[in-house]
Amino acid sequence: MTGTMAETASKAMIEVDDLHVTFGRGPRATHAVRGVGFRVAAGESYGLVGESGSGKSTVLRALAGLVEGWRGRMTVAGRVLGPRREAAFYKLVQMVFQDPYGSLHPRHTVERILSEPVAIHRLGAADRRIEQALGDVGLGPQFRYRYPHQLSGGQRQRVAIARALILEPKILLLDEPTSALDVSIQAEVLNLLARLKRERGLTYILVSHNLAVVAHMCTRLAVMNRGTIVEEMTVAQLRRGAPRHPYTKQLLTASRGYDRTAVDAFIDFAEAEAGSIART
Amino acid sequence: MTTDTALLEVEDLHVTFPARTGTVAAVRGVSFTLGREKLGLVGESGSGKSITGRAILRLVPPPGQVRARRLVFDGCDLQALDARAMRAIRGERISMVMQDPKFSLNPVMTVGEQIAEAYRVHHRAGRREARRRALEMLAAVRIRDPERVYDAYPHEVSGGMGQRAMIAMMLIPGPDLLIADEPTSALDVTVQMQVLAILDDLVSERGMGLIFISHDLNLVASFCDRVLIMYGGRIVEVCDAQHLHEARHPYTRGLLNCLPRIDGDGRALPVLRRDPAWLAPARTAAARTP
Repeated sequence: MTGTMAETASKAMIEVDDLHVTFGRGPRATHAVRGVGFRVAAGESYGLVGESGSGKSTVLRALAGLVEGWRGRMTVAGRVLGPRREAAFYKLVQMVFQDPYGSLHPRHTVERILSEPVAIHRLGAADRRIEQALGDVGLGPQFRYRYPHQLSGGQRQRVAIARALILEPKILLLDEPTSALDVSIQAEVLNLLARLKRERGLTYILVSHNLAVVAHMCTRLAVMNRGTIVEEMTVAQLRRGAPRHPYTKQLLTASRGYDRTAVDAFIDFAEAEAGSIART
Repeated sequence: MTTDTALLEVEDLHVTFPARTGTVAAVRGVSFTLGREKLGLVGESGSGKSITGRAILRLVPPPGQVRARRLVFDGCDLQALDARAMRAIRGERISMVMQDPKFSLNPVMTVGEQIAEAYRVHHRAGRREARRRALEMLAAVRIRDPERVYDAYPHEVSGGMGQRAMIAMMLIPGPDLLIADEPTSALDVTVQMQVLAILDDLVSERGMGLIFISHDLNLVASFCDRVLIMYGGRIVEVCDAQHLHEARHPYTRGLLNCLPRIDGDGRALPVLRRDPAWLAPARTAAARTP
């Protein structure tokens, strides 16, 4: 299903059409993304929801240029993306990863982590930018010379967000940015992301398995299953409990908590379990 | 669901770890009793919930020190047992499911062999019998193709399948008490519900006791019978799961309020303000700064 919102298409910040991603070759090839299309307007927060193996993270990684061998058409800020991304792309688009324990270099200080993108993009004034970026994510100057192991999970994720923001991008690709965090810390990071978006007019694509997080952060969302978008809707429609696709309905039921009788009615939509290799 | 006879009694449990500056208290005077019910142990990281579960099974890694006024399982004083007697209890009568099957399954042994081994350790049985039992158990945790999964290596199965295999392994000796430490948090929400249904049925059919350790308040509220909320190594509140939303303690309230909701209004989430008084007189070792 492609974007139906004609009015947003004209000023779309991100357009994805008929995206396919295949991993591997021959009989063992996995067709992870099968013809996905959507549009995200400038300043919008768009959610990609699905379970593991649904392809939601792969879509994000394809946009970010972290996946090879994709087919289809992707444009960002009106420019068609090729197989490789140049530096200017990363000035515009930055990504925040799920695991704040794995995405920061363990032997680099916060200062060095933040100074690297500034050096790569030759922005200059690293000192001022680092101070500013730390302040923006609510970390004081005392964090500047710490190593990641000296930070809590929430602080690390703030550093990861600061690293993305230091380039002053227009788009943030958020891959499960809070799912490794405690709920109280999740609330702080979600509030931070919401504030930054408001202040800077950022465009977000938020990938999450957590329907409540997406409902909280986004205005529209796409539900993915087995590499395709099964349903696209506004969060208002989701709140009204109006999803049409049985997969979305099941996801919504499961997200509302444990219900013994509801479980028996669950259908296995992801035949991925029968496949060989699990991917998260 | 609580029956008169307690399956497990824990009284004034303390777990400490020596540190450079004195000792760090991870669990500070935890007391509870468990019947044949589903008891939720909820808290954030560093609250001491996992260490409490491990302390019951004497699995706190050295140099951690465990002491309790009472630690009695089914009439048997766990603290008085020697290592050998404890091994007989561990796995067979009390067993534990960990969070991530990726790290809990042996990567160089097939899933089925591991389950069969768990059976053979606790029962006199031949290979063929153990294999049959393991296949039955895989079917019991609703794995559709037990034969295939039996011969698969852990990296060849999905997370949900791996976690079901783990549960099969822990259940095959027929324990009376299962301690499940975040057993479903690595799983997709629908698979999570299916795994919970398996545990739920085992509690109601076999009369097993379940300690369900989780950070997910809403999940615990909908799944468990009773909930203990832990903060800084202590139990700050005990509630009936169905009345969790009427909880009084400001920490519990704070945790409930900071959860995003599907039918919320998208406004800024209330942030938890930690009150040092929640930690009572002692040091603030277990608490993490946000």
